[in-house]
Amino acid sequence: MTTTSDRDQLAYISSQAADARVNVELNTGDMTLNIGPQHPATHGTLRIACRLDGEQVIMAEPMMGYMHRGYEKLCEVRTYPQCTTLINRIDWLGSFANEVPFILAAERLMEVEAPPRAQWIRTILFELSRIANVALFLGDMGVQLGALTPVFFAFRDREHVLNQIEAITGGRFHPNFDRIGGLKDDIPKGWIEETKSVMVKMRTFCDEMEDLLVGNEIFQTRCRGVGVIPADVALSYGMSGANLRASGVDWDLRRDANPGLAWDQIDWRVWTHPDGDSFARYWVRLQETREATYIVDKLLDGIPSGPIMAKVPRIIKVPAGEAYISTENPLGEMGYYIVSKGELGPFRVKIRTPSFNNISVVPWVMKGVYVPDVITILGSLYFILGDIDR
Amino acid sequence: MVSESAEETQLLPDDVREAMLESLSEALGDALVESHLRPHEDLWLRVRADRWQDVAQMAKSLGYTYFGFLSAIDWEIAPEGRYENTEFDGELEEEDSEPVVQSTSTGYAGGDTRFQVIVQLQSPTEHTAFHLKTDVGEDNSIDTLRDIYAGADWHEREIHEMFGIGFRGHPNLHPLYLPGEFEGHPLRKDFPLLARHVKPWPGVVDIEDIPEHLEAELEAQVMAAFEAAGGGE
Amino acid sequence: MIELLALPYWQETSIKLGLALVVIPTTSLILVYLFLFKMMAFMQSRLGPNETGPYGTLQLIAEAIKFLQKEDINPAQADRRVFRLAPVVVLASTFLLYVVLPAGPDAVVQNLDTGVFYAMAVSSLSVLGILMAGWASANKYALLGGLRAAGQLIAYELPLILAVMGVVIQAETMNLQGIVEAQATGEIFGIGVIGNPFILTQFLAFLIFMIAAQAELTQTPFDMPVAETELVGGYHIEYTGFRFLLFFMAEFGTAFAFAALASVMFLGGWWIPGFDVDNNILNILGPGVMLGKILLVAFFIFWVRFTYPRLREDQLQKFAWKVLIPLALVNIVLTGIFKVVF
Repeated sequence: MTTTSDRDQLAYISSQAADARVNVELNTGDMTLNIGPQHPATHGTLRIACRLDGEQVIMAEPMMGYMHRGYEKLCEVRTYPQCTTLINRIDWLGSFANEVPFILAAERLMEVEAPPRAQWIRTILFELSRIANVALFLGDMGVQLGALTPVFFAFRDREHVLNQIEAITGGRFHPNFDRIGGLKDDIPKGWIEETKSVMVKMRTFCDEMEDLLVGNEIFQTRCRGVGVIPADVALSYGMSGANLRASGVDWDLRRDANPGLAWDQIDWRVWTHPDGDSFARYWVRLQETREATYIVDKLLDGIPSGPIMAKVPRIIKVPAGEAYISTENPLGEMGYYIVSKGELGPFRVKIRTPSFNNISVVPWVMKGVYVPDVITILGSLYFILGDIDR
Repeated sequence: MVSESAEETQLLPDDVREAMLESLSEALGDALVESHLRPHEDLWLRVRADRWQDVAQMAKSLGYTYFGFLSAIDWEIAPEGRYENTEFDGELEEEDSEPVVQSTSTGYAGGDTRFQVIVQLQSPTEHTAFHLKTDVGEDNSIDTLRDIYAGADWHEREIHEMFGIGFRGHPNLHPLYLPGEFEGHPLRKDFPLLARHVKPWPGVVDIEDIPEHLEAELEAQVMAAFEAAGGGE
Repeated sequence: MIELLALPYWQETSIKLGLALVVIPTTSLILVYLFLFKMMAFMQSRLGPNETGPYGTLQLIAEAIKFLQKEDINPAQADRRVFRLAPVVVLASTFLLYVVLPAGPDAVVQNLDTGVFYAMAVSSLSVLGILMAGWASANKYALLGGLRAAGQLIAYELPLILAVMGVVIQAETMNLQGIVEAQATGEIFGIGVIGNPFILTQFLAFLIFMIAAQAELTQTPFDMPVAETELVGGYHIEYTGFRFLLFFMAEFGTAFAFAALASVMFLGGWWIPGFDVDNNILNILGPGVMLGKILLVAFFIFWVRFTYPRLREDQLQKFAWKVLIPLALVNIVLTGIFKVVF
């Protein structure tokens, strides 16, 4: 006679047997899915080959090189001023920030120091490019998750910052404004007041994004706990920027390794978040954008007067040596290792781009996540293809 | 204001980096071959290639847990020369008071072999950084660092396809950027830059002189606008 | 009014069918233009189409012509017959849904006694079409979209039906005209000026119905099957030209139909306070009143669509099974108690 518990046990065993039969008969294997290279979610032509078990990822491998332009080889056959046109195009959303570490490394080898006015304006333009870059991310994260509206606000408000960059440099996207020894031109009349009003608008934009996305329950459900990267893994992979600060590491190159720009002349704070998930990365970037507007305001108040360019010879020859300077770019830590042999152009340039290291963590973090979470994590890591592929 | 303090600090000894150099030399012992310190700028240490992994492990245990980058330098001079003898370069060299002389050194902590591998490590707690260099041996390969620093995985793949340096112990060194059928190692100095062979670098061509018949006209227009705006105000 | 004409059955039916066939594309046209083009554009601080016709009103006609003249591409490995049949199935379920929607006391194609039951049954036919499209496209993205759709649509059928149960209990009939009459002639605690619109007494059911309808229409936040930034179109990724137009029309036609069902069941349908239920004037005013109420409901559906991000599949299912269905059951119990006590 079978008791209730016996019957339950028999039912359990038979259901397991039925499952096993189904698996054998149907041979439910894995599926290989290519996300990219043409895909709305990857910011450019990045291809991620995933092996899926249903909707769960077993393995994800990014494959890049669709946009490899060979910048390191190209820089070897150009003079130093000619290199800056190439470097603008590495991170094309915040272009001025790309030129700065290269120019600073060349200045270090030449033992030339740009005048204080040039350093302050460099810092202001650096922070403006940070705002332009990260503002797009704040809206774009919504698009990855399905909220179509915030990205339009991001594009609209970003235009104000780009207008300011254009007013001073002449170019919205690729200013090519930094020169060894200073800047190409001084700021035009009325630029300071206009930029202050633009900063007010950007602060309103940050508040809008906070209302629309950060407070949204669906956004939080999709992002909290998704793609957690602990601090030691992040450091070992060399992740930098907001990704690292969102894992709880209190490290900002502007504060800790200032290469001579004006960040140590004003008060500002570094934002970190202990969680290390996608929500933390979004939150840290939102706070950083707001902080950048405050930095620009304070810098605008105190620009010192003086020349805009130091005395450098017309034909620039950088003495032999090696130098490495890295700065806290919008995407992370970007650095240039310049090897010079005393001639008109560099002998070897190693471009250390932040997105290269940020994306190398993808195979580690994607094990066992669902397909929608793949998009969330990719979106929150925030890479730009020109940065990965150079 | 910034330049004054920079000059002052240039004259003072770089205590932080001196202390770093001492503690690192102590830890590395005989693996350290050479070192170079530029005060208030940077620190380079050159180590023996056969102790590459141990050195990295020691550096990580000393607190340098952040992986900056891993790259290589090819010290050979490119056989075809840097410039294509264009008008632009010719003018440059004529105007120049000092002719361009290429230094024959092989950089800081000078290398003996053609290829040098360089790694930059940073300490997130002490906010210090330094470079580790090693000369790649005759067999063009060194040990992999990916078990110590996970980020070295992709950097080593890129260096392998660009320079041809092998990394012993790396499980999958297949190409990162280049398509599968690509032959050669592009970043080597003897790999020609094909674009320059296909079309020689024209130098500065897109600045044309203003045609003479227009030059006077344009100058008159500019002067008129200058006077109308109050002239030199 | 139709009784006055006293036409034979087949003539009457063919007139009604003809009208319905004209009305359906027109309704999806109105919805698409107003909400998808213009309202979405204004909310995103841009203008939307404003070149074709006055204020861009002819844009959808231009788009329809564009779709019609495209090449009919079938993927090489697709299951031909199923691939071609899938959009027809989805559109057929939309057409069938319009049979019971009333626009006036007599302005309905067929006044079925089991109106609500029929409407719910027929609307779930579209799941079949979506599954057919996902399978037959021979595309992994489409397959993923189809699988997600299957799980989601079936899961959200239950809250939809359970929410409607509350209305049926309160109206004591499944006939849609009867439900309108129940709202027109009913009273809330003795006050009969505005009748008894079930949105006030069945507020919980209204909320659940709107959420479940959003899921049935695969609109964000429940648009996993069509997740654009992940699946690049999900189950209709391989459809171009005319077949895609059928999917498109079916999506917005169904949205219109669900909004119509919501306004009939919760907002009082074609009745406005101050008129008797049998008044013939309502046969002329009724469609206008219905249109107004439908646009109001559709406004909320699309407003939520443009604002919210989308839920992940398992979060979606959790929400349906753990939150909506228990709430709907609670609503039915409460309705039953109130019906008997009061």
